[in-house]
Amino acid sequence: MRSAWRRITAVLAAVINWRFFKPLVFVACAAKLAWLAWAFHLAWTGKDPSALGVNPKSELLHQTGLTALTLLLITLSITPFRRIFGINGIQRVRRMVGVWTFVYALAHLTIYLTLDQLCYSVETCQWRAIWQDVLQRPFIFMGQLAFVCLLLLAITSTAGWVRRLKKNWVRLHRLVYVAGGAAVIHFIWIQKSDISEPLRWAAWLAGLLLFRVGWALVKRRKAVQRPVTA
Amino acid sequence: MLIKIRTSADLPYSEVTPENIYRSRRDFIKTAAAGTIGALAAGVVGCGPEASAAGQGALAAKKTINVDPAADPLNTLEQITTYNNYYEFGTNKGDPARTAGRLTVKPWTVKVDGLVDKPGDYGIEDLIDFKNLEERVYRHRCVEAWSMVIPWIGVPLSSVMAKVQPQSSAQFVEFTTLNRPSEMPGLRPGVLPWPYVEGLRMDEAKHPLTLMVVGLYGQVLPNQNGAPLRVHIPWKYGFKSGKSIVRIRFTDTQPKTAWNEQKASEYGFYANVNPTVDHPRWTQARETRLPGFAANRSTLMFNGYGDQVAKLYDGMDLRKFF
Repeated sequence: MRSAWRRITAVLAAVINWRFFKPLVFVACAAKLAWLAWAFHLAWTGKDPSALGVNPKSELLHQTGLTALTLLLITLSITPFRRIFGINGIQRVRRMVGVWTFVYALAHLTIYLTLDQLCYSVETCQWRAIWQDVLQRPFIFMGQLAFVCLLLLAITSTAGWVRRLKKNWVRLHRLVYVAGGAAVIHFIWIQKSDISEPLRWAAWLAGLLLFRVGWALVKRRKAVQRPVTA
Repeated sequence: MLIKIRTSADLPYSEVTPENIYRSRRDFIKTAAAGTIGALAAGVVGCGPEASAAGQGALAAKKTINVDPAADPLNTLEQITTYNNYYEFGTNKGDPARTAGRLTVKPWTVKVDGLVDKPGDYGIEDLIDFKNLEERVYRHRCVEAWSMVIPWIGVPLSSVMAKVQPQSSAQFVEFTTLNRPSEMPGLRPGVLPWPYVEGLRMDEAKHPLTLMVVGLYGQVLPNQNGAPLRVHIPWKYGFKSGKSIVRIRFTDTQPKTAWNEQKASEYGFYANVNPTVDHPRWTQARETRLPGFAANRSTLMFNGYGDQVAKLYDGMDLRKFF
């Protein structure tokens, strides 16, 4: 049992510490966006009108939103993964996956603004409808809240900001949990009746939060015990 | 009671109108009567040698009535049959096209009961006059803010009601959709209150625009679109148009309809297309005409059928009775 665990950990470590691991993760993150852009091109130019299905806007919104949420939860899973398997090399890709989360959230918001609210030109843009959406539609508000959090995190993700904010950087970046919660609620509230799909994502997020709380408790107990054992 | 169900091969219709002919006819409509409601003589439909290659399940309409107010291009058969809200077959738009194939639609019996002079179990051919089918080009506006233009084939619901003779005390008609878990994988608890029930006020049901649908694009109605028998009410949001109907009940109380029961704050009993009453989670002022990209089309009051149906709601507060 223990040797099997060791073997698994060794294989994982070999993959993660491989020097092409980070470029590979980059390509994996970019692939979906590249595919969506290609399908958009085919559908928009009429080369393949059904490249994005019968309802292109809804397909684009769904795919970008789902990918943003997936990447967000992967980002949040990296630290628990590192602690469980003891592979510190995974930490190299955390910021990158986090920034890709923002890229997909930005694409999601852009599609909403251009195709739903017609902001492809100043004259057509439905400013009032956007404002009403934010104020009156709780699911839109949750989406915007998640986006603002991710925007702050993306801006302050550079080494310069880490240095400038010092301890506050860690505090600020706890907003990632607010973003995750808001994104999951956004996903639940857009459903018309069947919430079984978003509930799976909610369960993933809840698991991550539980791990975080559990880890903090264990750490505190160790900190209390240390003077006694010393 | 012996119910004789005609198979499609028995149907006395040997003609089919292929999609390309529909399209050329649409061009004809546009050039001949741009912007107006066009009606075409029976002779134009599906004639010619190319139409003799009738497939199984072809249905021919005696007349074609284009009731799409703007005479927009039709959606393709593929679009109409691969993007469906039919939760009995799954909640994703592509689910019905994948899973509805196994539905048994023959034989099919419709129970007619309630406040009606001739109650009973009817076979489809007892309710629908297949010799007088009409093709109706209708706008279909979904509550989710997308729309299509669809060439249905059917008969006015009023002609069906004339056969079963509802009593004068009947004020509503209720349609119940098939509830058969063995063939409908989406029938899980917690999705909607099953079976799916929809209903209309009697004057709405009698309105000549209210269509009992048995076909689409010159063919027998595909399963994912509500085979073998569905209703379509073009001035109401799509969810009002019940599919695969197994029961028609006449009553003096307002039917408890599925979406209204599920979430009364979002789905009213009337559900008339109304750009001034927003769904709580999105605007109804605009719509996306599929397969278009943007929600750049203004939604029309009563989906553009106001001159024909607005009088049904004279004096009603449509913000309250949404």
